[in-house]
Amino acid sequence: MTLADQFVSAAEVSVEIGGMPIVLRSTDRTFRALVETRYSAYLRPPETASFVFEVEVLPDHLLPREDGENDLRVWKQDGKWWLERGDFQAYLDPAARGGRILQSASPYAIDSVLRIVHTLIQAAQGGFLLHGASAIRNGRAFLFSGVSGAGKTTISRLAPPDAILLTDEISYVRRDDSYTACGTPFAGELARPGENAMAPIEHLFFLAKGPQNRIDPIAPADALRMLLRNILFFADDAELIKMVFRSAMEFLGRVPASRLTFYPDVRVWDLIQ
Amino acid sequence: MAETYIARSPAIAARMLGGEMMIMSAVDSTFFTLNEVATLIWQSADGYTPLSEIVERKVCHEFEVEPEAARVDAEHFVQELSQHGILLVSDKPIPAATPGSAEQR
Repeated sequence: MTLADQFVSAAEVSVEIGGMPIVLRSTDRTFRALVETRYSAYLRPPETASFVFEVEVLPDHLLPREDGENDLRVWKQDGKWWLERGDFQAYLDPAARGGRILQSASPYAIDSVLRIVHTLIQAAQGGFLLHGASAIRNGRAFLFSGVSGAGKTTISRLAPPDAILLTDEISYVRRDDSYTACGTPFAGELARPGENAMAPIEHLFFLAKGPQNRIDPIAPADALRMLLRNILFFADDAELIKMVFRSAMEFLGRVPASRLTFYPDVRVWDLIQ
Repeated sequence: MAETYIARSPAIAARMLGGEMMIMSAVDSTFFTLNEVATLIWQSADGYTPLSEIVERKVCHEFEVEPEAARVDAEHFVQELSQHGILLVSDKPIPAATPGSAEQR
């Protein structure tokens, strides 16, 4: 290894989520330390990279949108995806397998960029990120999807010791020969990252709270409607919307989906084996 | 009276699931589930066959409904879906639209 290589390696951090290593290259030591701490369970040697991003951390007043505008915008232009919010501006060039990120020092900026980038990458491969908790039990993964307040964190807190909690907030669904759920560092109210593990998906549950624990079938149209409502996608892009629709249809064609009504005590996990 | 021609927009994604046609607008992400009659009209929307003929020859034939009631229902359905950009509507045939323009299974 040359001195130059050592320098480059020292300036890179590779974060692998969903089996997709993304290298973040930055000369800002504080930023790299933040990434190494925040995603400690998801770090990989920098030489493994599916995508490489140059990251520049800027003071707030130097960010592209210092007008206080905070709405997220994601759009495609000239083959690149552009991501913009008050605390970051970034692009992803899928053909070049990389891009550039200008962002504030806030950890939420890189967290959001990574979620969006993974969403865009997975959309092209038939996978998606889903508002939902997920866990592995007996070698099989279970997804618990729902909007805010549906019980994602509650069911995560109730998980028995043998369950491997992948996330209480954002589930990662990858399409391989089958569908695989992967752990994510994106935490909800539980405020702790998921385990860095993966397993084939056995069942998708749509969560509802109720007086007793029960599993009910869902009509295919309702399952699709709920799944589409809970899949993360950020861009008003016709092709992306079509891809997400296709992915949701194909997922429901292969993974059973039901409604899980649960009373918040540990016995609900007796139904999830 | 002028004929109405309808065609499926290419800016949608659609599939059959559990016997129902699911349609999502790629313009505004609006999601629709069509019943059997609406699905038949949707599948017949080739841009060339007038709506009146679709109603008379297909809807009335398959579902045993009164032609006038079927026509009114079909016009409402077409109007609603066209407002979301899911169906293209014209008083002339729509040659650019082909049966394969919308993804279907």
